[in-house]
Amino acid sequence: MNFKMKLGGALLAAALSTTAFQGAFAADDTIKIGVLHSLSGTMAISETTLKDVMLMLVAEQNKKGGVLGKKLEAVVVDPASDWPLFAEKARQLISQDKVAAVFGCWTSSSRKSVLPVFEELNSILFYPVQYEGEESSRNIFYTGAAPNQQAIPAVDYLAKEEGVKRWVLAGTDYVYPQTTNKILKAYLMSKGVPESDIMINYTPFGHSDWQTIVSDIKKFGSAGKKTAVVSTINGDANVPFYKELGNQGIKAEDIPVVAFSVGEEELAGLDTKPLVGHLAAWNYFQSVDAEVNADFIKEWKAFTKNDKRVTNDPMEAAYIGFNAWVKAVEAAGTTNTDAVLDSIIGVSVPNLSGGTSTVMPNHHITKPVLIGEIQADGQFDIVQETAPVVGDEWSDYLPDSKNLISDWRKPMSCGNFNVASGKCGGKGS
Amino acid sequence: MTLKILFRTLLACFILVFAAPSFAQQGDPKPLIDALAKADFGEAEKLLGQIAATGDTRVVPALDAFSNGDLYFRKSDNAVFIGKTAGSGFDLIDPLTGASAGQAAKNAVTKIKINNNLRRVIRSAMGGLTLLSPDRTVRLSAADAVLRSPSPENLELVEAALAKEADKEVKARMEEARAVSVLSSDRSVDEKRGAIQTIKNLGGRNALGILSGVSGSIDPSLKPDLDAAISAIESEQQLWDMVQNVWYGLSLGSVLLLAAIGLAITFGVMGIINMAHGEMVMLGAYSTFVVQQVIRESAPGLFDWSLAIALPIAFLVTGAVGFVIERGVIRFLYGRPLETLLATWGASLILQQTIRSIFGPTNQEVGNPSWMSGSFPVGGMTITWNRMWIILFSLTIFVALLVVMKKSAYGLNMRAVTQNRRMASSMGIKTPWVDALTFALGSGIAGIAGVALSQIDNVSPNLGQSYIIDSFMVVVFGGVGNLWGTLVGALSLGVLNKFLEPSVGAVLGKILVLVLIILFIQKRPRGLFALKGRAVEA
Repeated sequence: MNFKMKLGGALLAAALSTTAFQGAFAADDTIKIGVLHSLSGTMAISETTLKDVMLMLVAEQNKKGGVLGKKLEAVVVDPASDWPLFAEKARQLISQDKVAAVFGCWTSSSRKSVLPVFEELNSILFYPVQYEGEESSRNIFYTGAAPNQQAIPAVDYLAKEEGVKRWVLAGTDYVYPQTTNKILKAYLMSKGVPESDIMINYTPFGHSDWQTIVSDIKKFGSAGKKTAVVSTINGDANVPFYKELGNQGIKAEDIPVVAFSVGEEELAGLDTKPLVGHLAAWNYFQSVDAEVNADFIKEWKAFTKNDKRVTNDPMEAAYIGFNAWVKAVEAAGTTNTDAVLDSIIGVSVPNLSGGTSTVMPNHHITKPVLIGEIQADGQFDIVQETAPVVGDEWSDYLPDSKNLISDWRKPMSCGNFNVASGKCGGKGS
Repeated sequence: MTLKILFRTLLACFILVFAAPSFAQQGDPKPLIDALAKADFGEAEKLLGQIAATGDTRVVPALDAFSNGDLYFRKSDNAVFIGKTAGSGFDLIDPLTGASAGQAAKNAVTKIKINNNLRRVIRSAMGGLTLLSPDRTVRLSAADAVLRSPSPENLELVEAALAKEADKEVKARMEEARAVSVLSSDRSVDEKRGAIQTIKNLGGRNALGILSGVSGSIDPSLKPDLDAAISAIESEQQLWDMVQNVWYGLSLGSVLLLAAIGLAITFGVMGIINMAHGEMVMLGAYSTFVVQQVIRESAPGLFDWSLAIALPIAFLVTGAVGFVIERGVIRFLYGRPLETLLATWGASLILQQTIRSIFGPTNQEVGNPSWMSGSFPVGGMTITWNRMWIILFSLTIFVALLVVMKKSAYGLNMRAVTQNRRMASSMGIKTPWVDALTFALGSGIAGIAGVALSQIDNVSPNLGQSYIIDSFMVVVFGGVGNLWGTLVGALSLGVLNKFLEPSVGAVLGKILVLVLIILFIQKRPRGLFALKGRAVEA
């Protein structure tokens, strides 16, 4: 008994020391970071770009001398648009490759799949895509927009500048549109919009026959009140949707469409002349007039060796996340997860719209919200820019989450603190 | 004397100096346009109101350019110009006289920002200003513009134009525009009652929108008239909705038919479970893209012909690929359906990845020729040109295929081979060649379908995948081996889907259609039009 325990203890110690040794060895020459984006399968269309951005940022940082005097090395893996594979690849990056942090994921499903892995192995993930909120993890930083950094300002713009009174919330049938529309509906009703003036419509992934829905929108819009469409339609389904809008003669002056998933990259496959005036809300557009943005675009075109490549919002989010991590590591003097988690809160880095973004205690960041109108050349003309907005992880407009806040600073260190009950944990008011 | 002259000159100067600003307010739009350079959206809206109030038709080109985002101001002196891109800079055009004002580098001028709200204001203002244009089509579109954005300010302009108008159609449109403007003005109750009648006769969604829009603010004595007009339009509209649903159903059905018709040959007639069918459609769409790229670069004038040029090319390209697949893979696997399934699926993955490597993973832009864009009204519904052409196109292909199969010698050979291979072989038909040509024909037809589908869907390497399931569904539902079954199957699935969609939504509608097909196949395993006779048992 005693002997066994001793043996076990010795083995454990040996195991610990080897890992420590390996860690020390790896830390000697380079610092590794993981890039977890799908390079094949349906999401490759969007995620490949982010992989390229990460490689560009790493190369650039190394030119400046790396981090803590060491070179950075990007470890790229391909989770192939397969959600369980994301978790497997994340585990491989953290335990085998010993990366200091991971940059990756696009869909919420992939993020939910890797979340337990990052919490279990205590590593850091930077997630660069706009998402539905209602989540806060000690090990994840959300550098994309939460609903209050994209959806709600867009609706406010339409209500104020265009006098919209009637709303069509159209989306693809999955978690991001469902949650965003739930928040928007609650928000609109809190602003006094009657339920009869809100129409919610869902379509399957890759929906291509929009005739009925577009004519439904027309019908809904002929009630004598100014109508707008708030679109959370995802990916490929957008092209036939906009084509049908254009063909049925719905002009932006009559029924404007504001989209949250349509950026420069999506418009690249589309003749945008019939769409001029339709809107999108993001935290960044390629057309932003700022020196830092001009430099970024120039570098991106040089790096990809393609003069036609466009930049978009998730790229900016990746840029902010990467620079925030670099700054936090330099402040902490180590890549140790716990030290970085402490030092990163409050870190401010420049964003591409000419201001700065700060990492908040709820692991979201501050950034301005831009509303842009589609132009004939596939770019956006910015018609409104707000002051920086703090990402709100738990929406104030959903009964389940309105009492929850997240603060990962000590001593609270809680992702879902209920201000009504004064306790940490659990949903529900 | 000299004193008098001096005094007069002074007086004239005095008048000029003090009167000039007020004159500008009334008549000269130039300072107003120049003021747009530094105006925010709110100020621009006010300025536009004042520009319209000058009644000066010379401002129309400037307003048009503003609405299209072609209005710029020069950074050095804030003067406003219409800008046309020329090389790396802009050709500047004076906004009022239309005279050339030299050139400017790209960073020497700034675009004047515009949003939807301003575009609406401009539309209404231009409508008012061009009502008296000598050009009939301009007057017609001016009346349309007033009709679509009613404002009481335009009322007098419309009435002035009406008094002078001779053309019957334009006059009718102006009457409607007048009625719309009357409703939002403070005219008498009687005049408004007449206006309600005019709008009611106009009918359609637009009229409904206008009438419901004023229902909150209208004089109570007019309320019954208004409600009656609204419900009359609504009940008429309901009827049109039914017609529209049928049309949408036929349109969806024609897309299904296009996707499935090639498969009706390779799977239906030849019995090959062809998983690479979707990729043939995709190759057809990419052929269209390549043709359009070449045309864009070397002969932009031919763009409207791009689809006609792409059709034979797509047919030949996909037919050739089909021929190679049949000769290279499938012919070794006849009679082994499971192996064929895996082999063709492998072929489909290879084709997808090849296209991805050549053209990249992103969507490619395939443009609509002008005759495929836009829509026209038929009664209370709108028909889009691209959908109408696709319906006609799919029916044409169907008829052509039917003629080839039933009337040509090659069709006869093909049917002979599929019905009794050994007998056909004994009669001297080269059965392997017939197989290869039939598979090539089926693939080629799929390629032609790809040309049409490139007009309504994304052109990406994944294009084929989204159609393969629907195609098999249609062929199996219609009855394997029967072209008529494919036609009836596709159209009835389309109409069924479109009748379910408004009531249960697109997601549930699709699920319900699948459930119904499963139940139907349980009852009739051979589909709608089952082949009978000995061929079936063979």
